Amino acid sequence: MTGWRAMLQPHRLFLMALFAGLVIWCALSLRWDWLPEYGPLALQGLWRTIWILAVTTILGFALAVPLGLAQAIGPWYLSAPARAFCTVIRGTPLLLQIWLLYYGLGSLFPQFPWIRGSELWPYLRQAWPYAVLALTLSYAGYEGEVMRGAFASVNKGQLEAARAFGMPRLTMFRRIWLPQAIRNVLPTLGGETILQLKATPLVATITVIEIYSVSSRVRSDTFIVYEPLLLLALVYMIIAGIIALAFKKIEDRVPDRPRQR
Amino acid sequence: MENLLDTLGLSQSAQLLSLSPPGWGGNLLRGLANSLQIAFGAFGFGLLIGLFGAYGKLYGGPILRDLLAIYTTVIRAVPELVLILILYYVGSDLINQASVAMGYGRVEISGVVAGIWVLGVVQGAYSTEVLRGAIQAIPPGQLEAARAFGMPPLMTLRRVTIPAMMSFATPGLANLWLIATKDTALLAIVGFSELTLETRQAAGSTRAYFTFFLAAGALYLIITLFSGAFFARIEKWARRGQPSLKEGKR
Amino acid sequence: MTLKSILTAAALGALTAGAALAHDEEVKIGIAAEPYPPFASVDASGTWVGWEIEVIGAVCEAAGLHCVLTPVAWDGIIPSLTGQQIDAIMASMSITEERMKTIDFSDAYYNTPTVVVGDKALDLDATPEGLKGKILGVQASTIHQAYAQQYFADSAEIRIYQTQDEANQDLVAGRIDATQADSIAMADFVSTDAGDCCEIKGTVADDPAILGQGVGVGVRKGDDELRASLNKGIAAILADGTHAEITSRYFKASIY
Repeated sequence: MTGWRAMLQPHRLFLMALFAGLVIWCALSLRWDWLPEYGPLALQGLWRTIWILAVTTILGFALAVPLGLAQAIGPWYLSAPARAFCTVIRGTPLLLQIWLLYYGLGSLFPQFPWIRGSELWPYLRQAWPYAVLALTLSYAGYEGEVMRGAFASVNKGQLEAARAFGMPRLTMFRRIWLPQAIRNVLPTLGGETILQLKATPLVATITVIEIYSVSSRVRSDTFIVYEPLLLLALVYMIIAGIIALAFKKIEDRVPDRPRQR
Repeated sequence: MENLLDTLGLSQSAQLLSLSPPGWGGNLLRGLANSLQIAFGAFGFGLLIGLFGAYGKLYGGPILRDLLAIYTTVIRAVPELVLILILYYVGSDLINQASVAMGYGRVEISGVVAGIWVLGVVQGAYSTEVLRGAIQAIPPGQLEAARAFGMPPLMTLRRVTIPAMMSFATPGLANLWLIATKDTALLAIVGFSELTLETRQAAGSTRAYFTFFLAAGALYLIITLFSGAFFARIEKWARRGQPSLKEGKR
Repeated sequence: MTLKSILTAAALGALTAGAALAHDEEVKIGIAAEPYPPFASVDASGTWVGWEIEVIGAVCEAAGLHCVLTPVAWDGIIPSLTGQQIDAIMASMSITEERMKTIDFSDAYYNTPTVVVGDKALDLDATPEGLKGKILGVQASTIHQAYAQQYFADSAEIRIYQTQDEANQDLVAGRIDATQADSIAMADFVSTDAGDCCEIKGTVADDPAILGQGVGVGVRKGDDELRASLNKGIAAILADGTHAEITSRYFKASIY
């Protein structure tokens, strides 16, 4: 990006005019009369989408750290299950995982009547715990693989130095190993989070009401097909843009890694 | 064998999954064949778009470059599910309108073709980036040498660019192929009878949700593992003659 | 497999796609891709079976149409019709005023009341008061969703499923207290082992504006020729007893 001058080249101006024309055409000739009625529902859905995204990325990352660690240095009885978990999560479609968790587990409930009496039942009845669980496991599976590489690529000399100074293992992990591993994955984290954002609409198939399901609702109530979908695409693009910018900000604030190799 | 299944309480599952009609295994395999067909077509179609896209981004004029940038950014920021719905409805609408306008009458678009078109357009955006990176990684001297000898552009592409970029592109393309196989599951949402929808139908009809979803998961996993091994061999082949890189692919 | 052959395959695929032009006389009948027994579902050999499937065959034969079954996702079935992926909808779709704004309908070929099915252990009925504080599951894009949102949304929590099958499944699992759907499909469901948990709790108060007047074939607006021949086919199978014969094999009473 070389600033605003690059945006003012003649062809860019032309493209921007074309784009503005397209937006105006969309605003004027497509149907938007459903917006006021569904606006509040859409905002609610948007909030739910962001909430699910935030919770599952944070929980997923927390789970990815031990997964990565187990694969990088764990003994075989830890590394083998961790690797198997990552392979299964990455090797099967998320949609199938969500359905397996929601409908598969659901089909077991009638066989165990005591579940309905348990204290967890009010949560098991809802759809969102399954959505959060499925998306968390998925993020952990993909990020766990990335973290494995990140842990492995931390400079061994630093770890040896820490040990030589008699630093306890936990402190070493907390102060040296983990921060550097996270810095290693930081450039990919933004992209992974955007991928996670793109996975959230799948939970609409198990009755969670988020922004995608609101657009389906508009389509089924009014038979307007394109307008809600176009607006939905725009909303996702804006969220993705914000995520990309936020991670760029974080990356800029983290001190540059010393030039290795 | 049957006794063993009985003791494990699995005989019912085995019956449900058997290949001939009382069991639904045949349906699952048919769905799998459809999934693979679409994944294969979409991957190929995506590569085609990707090759043109990469060339456009590297050597095209400013307008083409900007348009391609918009294409890859939009596709990579919007969920596949939303793109599939938009492309599915818009695509056939547009093709029909164009064909009627040209006086051909309505075009029959089969589910497979629609699936390939939809996923191919999505794959194309990712392919563009993978191939662009791979072409850029070719030492420029090789391309200059080809030009200096007066090789025509198409021949350069066929004889120099594609073989030379293969080793750089394979890891990315392997990843894309896996994404293609998994994205076919999303076509279940538009009612295309691939593996996931067949699974859903079988599970719904028999109420054996666990059995069928696990079986479908196993089928997807088998594809993934086989593809992984296959692409590892391709990569080894593409890298033949290059010094081995100890520290992974990066 | 080399890159070259992959590219060739893709190019060939694109060419054949363009070449497959429509046969004029083929009518694509859109059915819901999700099972809706006993009207339409896939059996273990992958063929579509059910009352409605047989009626489609009979109507098309009587009308002299060459019909092809085309499964589409239920909640996208009207866009598929207007987007020309299918030519007609025969998927237990009720004729409602709301849908008439977008598509046309043939004459009705069956009609059933709408019921609420609930867990046997629960005390509820098909009224807003009877569903107070309960969780009601409905299938997306159906008259039942529209009805529930109109009448039950204030007193009950409404959960929207993509298929009726999944709503039934969650009813069995106990995640929802009740589901609203048409009486025949529900009578079939509660008679199965899985539906043993539940019973029909009552018929909802009629509202023809939302619940419509029977199930008809949906066609594109202006496609009057197809609509006329479908009407002719429906009239013919009603007159010559084919409709009654098919019905007798599936149900105890007439459903017209």
